[in-house]
Amino acid sequence: MKLSAARTVASREAPGRLGPLWTFLFRYGPPRWTEYVLKNWSGQRLVIALPYLWLLVFFLVPFLIVLKISFAEFSPLGRPPYEPVFRWLEEGALQIKLLIGSYQYLLNEPLYVSSWMYSIKVAFFSTVFCLMLGYPMAYAISRSTPTYRNVFLMLIILPFWTSFLLRVYAWIGLLKNDGVINNMLMAMGFIDEPLAMMNTSFAVYIGIVYSYLPFMILPLYSNLEKHDNTLLEAASDLGAGPIKAFMRITLPLSMPGVIAGSLLVFIPAVGEYVIPSLLGRADQLMIARLLSDEFFLNRDWPKASAVAIAMLLLLVVPIMLFQHFQNKELEAQKR
Amino acid sequence: MKTQGLFSKSVLGLGFLFLYVPILSMVVYSFNDSRSVTVWNSVTSPTLKWYGRLFGDEQILSAAWLSIRVAAMSASGAVVFGTLAGLVLARFGPFKGRALLQGLTTAPLVMPEVITGLSMLLLFVSLEQLFRAFFGWQFDRGVVTITIAHITFTMAYVTVVVQSRLASFDDSLEEAALDLGARPARVFFRITVPLILPAILSGWLLAFTLSWDDLVVTQFVSGPGSNTLPMVIFSRVRLGVSPVVNALASLMVLVVALGVILSAFLMRRQEQRRKREEQMAAAG
Repeated sequence: MKLSAARTVASREAPGRLGPLWTFLFRYGPPRWTEYVLKNWSGQRLVIALPYLWLLVFFLVPFLIVLKISFAEFSPLGRPPYEPVFRWLEEGALQIKLLIGSYQYLLNEPLYVSSWMYSIKVAFFSTVFCLMLGYPMAYAISRSTPTYRNVFLMLIILPFWTSFLLRVYAWIGLLKNDGVINNMLMAMGFIDEPLAMMNTSFAVYIGIVYSYLPFMILPLYSNLEKHDNTLLEAASDLGAGPIKAFMRITLPLSMPGVIAGSLLVFIPAVGEYVIPSLLGRADQLMIARLLSDEFFLNRDWPKASAVAIAMLLLLVVPIMLFQHFQNKELEAQKR
Repeated sequence: MKTQGLFSKSVLGLGFLFLYVPILSMVVYSFNDSRSVTVWNSVTSPTLKWYGRLFGDEQILSAAWLSIRVAAMSASGAVVFGTLAGLVLARFGPFKGRALLQGLTTAPLVMPEVITGLSMLLLFVSLEQLFRAFFGWQFDRGVVTITIAHITFTMAYVTVVVQSRLASFDDSLEEAALDLGARPARVFFRITVPLILPAILSGWLLAFTLSWDDLVVTQFVSGPGSNTLPMVIFSRVRLGVSPVVNALASLMVLVVALGVILSAFLMRRQEQRRKREEQMAAAG
């Protein structure tokens, strides 16, 4: 009763520029929603709505805001430092101003182009190295006896519980010019001068492979563990050697694990910020660092947002692929 | 098969060496009595000097306390929303928008942190403008915004853990309770929650660790004066290695190792008790 009364009041022309907006809100907005919810929703709907709303407000809406700001005009002295995209004009019209300048800048500026290439290269080869190290480890764990298997798995997961930041930091002490590795090599007489390992691409690869190795091993292990041994026995009975049996049976069967692990390494590695900042080159930045510098040092929010959107566009296919495999995994568990 | 055993052993040996040498070197050098950290001073080492410095370091201690509070709050929030999302995805069957929810819960698992951080900050800035324009209320970025951001990216992990736990057994118990006339809420708290309690607990711990450890998202959404522990560590480590950070890292490794040993011990005892009960039941 009250609600419908409110609506009739509101539908009368409210004065001022925002009049149509209020009318619109009352007719289709929160009061209407509440009425709908009270009438139609059961507890089940409410349970769905809680996490849904949270994710919509704090995960999806933020992306729309980033998208909006990436088209805004940079105004260095403004607070916040961009011109509004949507603006109500005096005549009650809505002015929309979209600029693609930030995106053009991303495509033409050599600094950006080179750091895009560098980020993708680093992420790709780190994934390959993780796979080369992680596959044999996952395979060995899946072949060991159950007691050892649990211990090994715990040892893989354990570093994950200690701080990521501190584990990257640990490599500074190892890789420095007067660090542990150089000191040891010099003491043993292999080298006369310290090898320059800090602030190189090599250090970045080490850091990424080291930090993301568990993410490669765990999906691979959970795939390899489920393999049926009788297939390998049959292959060997039919005269296939162990290498042939591996190439023809184990490897093709483990492809879902390989793909899931690779995506879990590749996607975050493209946007890695901490590892290159601590271990990497000063003259060749990765894209996440450019985004953060653009935002914090230059206060150029539109450009930073454009970088974020471009990164998302680049990663949207791998992310969708990952979700596809994740869903399939969960479906398979159900059966 | 002998060669395969050798291969396995060497692969695992090298792999674990790679994973643990950095951590161990950090622990060893935390006892080194030398400012340059990596040059071992064999005269006066080992020493507990850096541990003493650590506990006298006001900045680190207050940052650690802030981080603990934020991590506990976000882990609890993430467990509530993550469990609900996991329940919805595993049990509620098809409904409108299920695919979107599934996408929204798995995307944060792989989303680069700078993107999450930037988008969260821009949301908070927009909210600030909105609140100021409509209610004249100014809110500052700080503990609350950090917690909201952490809940959002950690709840994905809780969801995955809970969802896969729920998927591992069927819903016959829940259905039986519903048939016997229990209300859905009562079924949830009396049957579903006890069944997925291990998943909820490990989800809480996972969320706590992720929040406690997060640097990038926090750097974006924190305000002046709210420096979490990773932020303090990062700013010090950028200037070079610091023995106090080594001491801090060693303490954290110690806590984690103790926790893992304790949980393994508890799990084994529970397992033994279960076996004994099974035997007694079988004996009649």
